[in-house]
Amino acid sequence: MDRDSNLYTFLFATIMVFVIAIVLAYTSQSLKVLQKENVRKEKMQNILSTVGVITNREGAEELFDKYIEEQLAVQNNGSIDPTIDVFNDIKLVFELKKSPKDQDFPLYVANIESEKYYIIPIRGNGLWNAIYGYISIKEDLNTVKGVVFDHVGETAGLGAEITQDWFKERFINEKLFDSDNNLIGIKVSKTNNDPNNSDKNDHEVDAISGATITGDGVTDMIKERLEHYIPYFNTLRSNKIALN
Amino acid sequence: MSNTNRTLLSDPMDDNNPITVQVLGICSALAITVQLKAALVMSISVMAVMAASNVIISMLRDLIPNRIRIIVQLVVVASLVALVDQVLRAYAYDISKELSIFIGLIITNCIVMGRLEAFALGNGVWRSFLDGIGNAVGYGFILILVAFFRELLGSGNLLGYQVIPDFVYEMGYENNGLMLLSPMALITVGIIIWIQRSRNRKLIEN
Repeated sequence: MDRDSNLYTFLFATIMVFVIAIVLAYTSQSLKVLQKENVRKEKMQNILSTVGVITNREGAEELFDKYIEEQLAVQNNGSIDPTIDVFNDIKLVFELKKSPKDQDFPLYVANIESEKYYIIPIRGNGLWNAIYGYISIKEDLNTVKGVVFDHVGETAGLGAEITQDWFKERFINEKLFDSDNNLIGIKVSKTNNDPNNSDKNDHEVDAISGATITGDGVTDMIKERLEHYIPYFNTLRSNKIALN
Repeated sequence: MSNTNRTLLSDPMDDNNPITVQVLGICSALAITVQLKAALVMSISVMAVMAASNVIISMLRDLIPNRIRIIVQLVVVASLVALVDQVLRAYAYDISKELSIFIGLIITNCIVMGRLEAFALGNGVWRSFLDGIGNAVGYGFILILVAFFRELLGSGNLLGYQVIPDFVYEMGYENNGLMLLSPMALITVGIIIWIQRSRNRKLIEN
């Protein structure tokens, strides 16, 4: 057949599209299970790393079951919805699109050697795309135990540095609330007077040069997400006072 | 290996380097040379895609209708990239996270399409394979060279490890943040072109 005829061109294009579609669809379908498994285990790994449990992806599931004793879907008024599968069904990407009163706020409670930690997933905007992570709080509901950050597309060498250990370590032991239990958050600050981060009560950590907007994103997402847990935290606080 | 086949591998290293002489693939050379590791993995991925797409197009070269050849090339490259991405996500999740969007950007790398159009459409399978490898190595070499200087001067690291010792910083040395931004990649590539042409006189246009 003439290689430049219309019929040949159409036939070639049609066959090519079919072959490619089959190959791609087959690969995508056959690898889907493995890919989903990777994402799921990475999430467990991230949650665990905020409370100081460092593990590889293979070991994540076992340790997750061991240390995470509760998974709660906190509601805007501070109550808990027990019908929701927190780990699999609450996706912050979608929750953030709803108004706060319709959102479910995931909360993981870890128990490590009888120390209790509250782990809150956070998500916000960096410079180019979404940034997200987890922040864990000690039983006093104020002191940060650890954080983990990740990003979709921040600049390598600048904004992407928020994933580095030296940046995450700055948050450890920082306070989230003031003495009257008002939420202050932790500011990633360019004008921080405490670059060695020895003052853990200043609600500030030192920013990364060249990553101002990503840093502001971190500040904002911590404050915005934490705000919604205040009613639940207040219940916990009053329960504790009642117990004492 | 015959002489002509050997030049297919050696030419892109110097006389016909895709970046410094053909001026292809500049965009990715600017985007992913902030850190050595990303540049390294990108070079390897480009090599895989270029070798495979050159071979496929060369095999089909007598079947591809002339009028839609660019589309066919694009489809082949895009599918290969999608395959690489899927496989990495399933079996090498950490590397795939590290590369994130860069994998997809291989499609837009002008070198891949450029070599398909200029070489694979008119040459045999084995020669096209060598041409793909040669050009990918020439591209990767420049990428790694640029990334080396950018990471060293910009962050004081190489492959993520600190190489400039602490006492140098204490003496007042500062990392040059400008090295992390794209303009300095362009200037670094420019300096490489300058050095190359001062050594290899036949590249200088009149």
